[in-house]
Amino acid sequence: MTQQEALFKYILRLGDNALIHSHRLSEWCSNAPFLEEDLALTNLALDMIGRAQALLQYAGNVEGKGRTEDTLAYRRSERQYYNNLLVELPNTDFAYTIARLLFISAFEKEYYAALQKSADSTLAAIAAKTLKEIKYHFAHAHDWTIRLGMGTEESHQRIQNAVNDWWMYTSELFEMDETDDQLVKDGMVPDLKALYPAWLQTITDTLKAASLNMPVTGYMQTGSRKGIHTEHLGHLLSEMQYLQRAYPDAEW
Amino acid sequence: MVTEIHTKEEILALLQEIKDPEIPVLSIQDIGMLRDIHITNNGYEVILTPTYTGCPAMGIIEADIKALLETKGISPVKVSLTYSPAWTTDWMTEEAKLKMQRYGIAPPKHSSCGDLATAEMHVACPYCGSKHTELISRFGSTACKSLYKCEDCKEPFEYFKCH
Repeated sequence: MTQQEALFKYILRLGDNALIHSHRLSEWCSNAPFLEEDLALTNLALDMIGRAQALLQYAGNVEGKGRTEDTLAYRRSERQYYNNLLVELPNTDFAYTIARLLFISAFEKEYYAALQKSADSTLAAIAAKTLKEIKYHFAHAHDWTIRLGMGTEESHQRIQNAVNDWWMYTSELFEMDETDDQLVKDGMVPDLKALYPAWLQTITDTLKAASLNMPVTGYMQTGSRKGIHTEHLGHLLSEMQYLQRAYPDAEW
Repeated sequence: MVTEIHTKEEILALLQEIKDPEIPVLSIQDIGMLRDIHITNNGYEVILTPTYTGCPAMGIIEADIKALLETKGISPVKVSLTYSPAWTTDWMTEEAKLKMQRYGIAPPKHSSCGDLATAEMHVACPYCGSKHTELISRFGSTACKSLYKCEDCKEPFEYFKCH
């Protein structure tokens, strides 16, 4: 694999994570528990789609075959997507949405801080920009985790269930393949394993503050680095890509 | 080829007319989005930086810039985006903050480098000036603003987040 091929595949992963998480959050539009939360979740979705646009556009440039951010978002099938499984799972309920946001934003907070030091100036610039937004995402997830954990018996149980059920999808965030190994060596991207202790500490502290128990680690899900997904991604893409698939090159 | 030469200063003065569509009292210069203008033999390049990566106003601003400069005979115009250095509310002028407050939006009070908890405390109500205010939500009608209410005059208001 040349450095160009490795970089293309790697940036797709970053862009796909932002795009698919954004899509899940946008599904809350007009369905959130109350108006302010409706605005908050869709604001998060907007930040992430902006990040996805910047990253996929850059991926297209790196690939050099004329693909744009739109072609990459709308014309790939699920086996060509590299987002982590956690972001594609259905929203389930508000507690599950918040637990996912907590796991992901705590990871991205460490990840994008490290990516700012990338030898690739475009990735470093996007990282610095997006990190400012992620700080707000984490604050939102953190506050809600505590509010639900310290709320009623019902809200406590629901956020505990969410954290427990989605724990098995978290180790994938730190998985590294040959793409990572090559780019880490060149100083282009962070070593994901090195980010794990800080992430675990953040999660431990947040759950403790919310009077929630740490989940028990058992079987851990994997697959996305090879483009193997849950059945949910195909359904999500069929909705997200419908217009461009039915009317190729349609413009707004 | 550029046949008639327009100076950077001239273009900057013209671009004062381009407002942020979300806060129409502020120009893109007031808010710190306009970063530079490059003049070459091939035309004019206006360099912008987005406030937030997903800012939906970018397309409108780009179209406004091109339309305005075209009517003044300045062409060809290219609008480019840069992400580095990342936009910060620290670039906003004091005058811009005052305009924002008069418009009814509490301007960012602190440096973007501080922590969120400090940045969100004691935000002054843009209507009565009271600091007896409460954060309702970190996310408002646009990505750059959060929602507050004033405990004294009882008005809800928006706060332009430190970023």
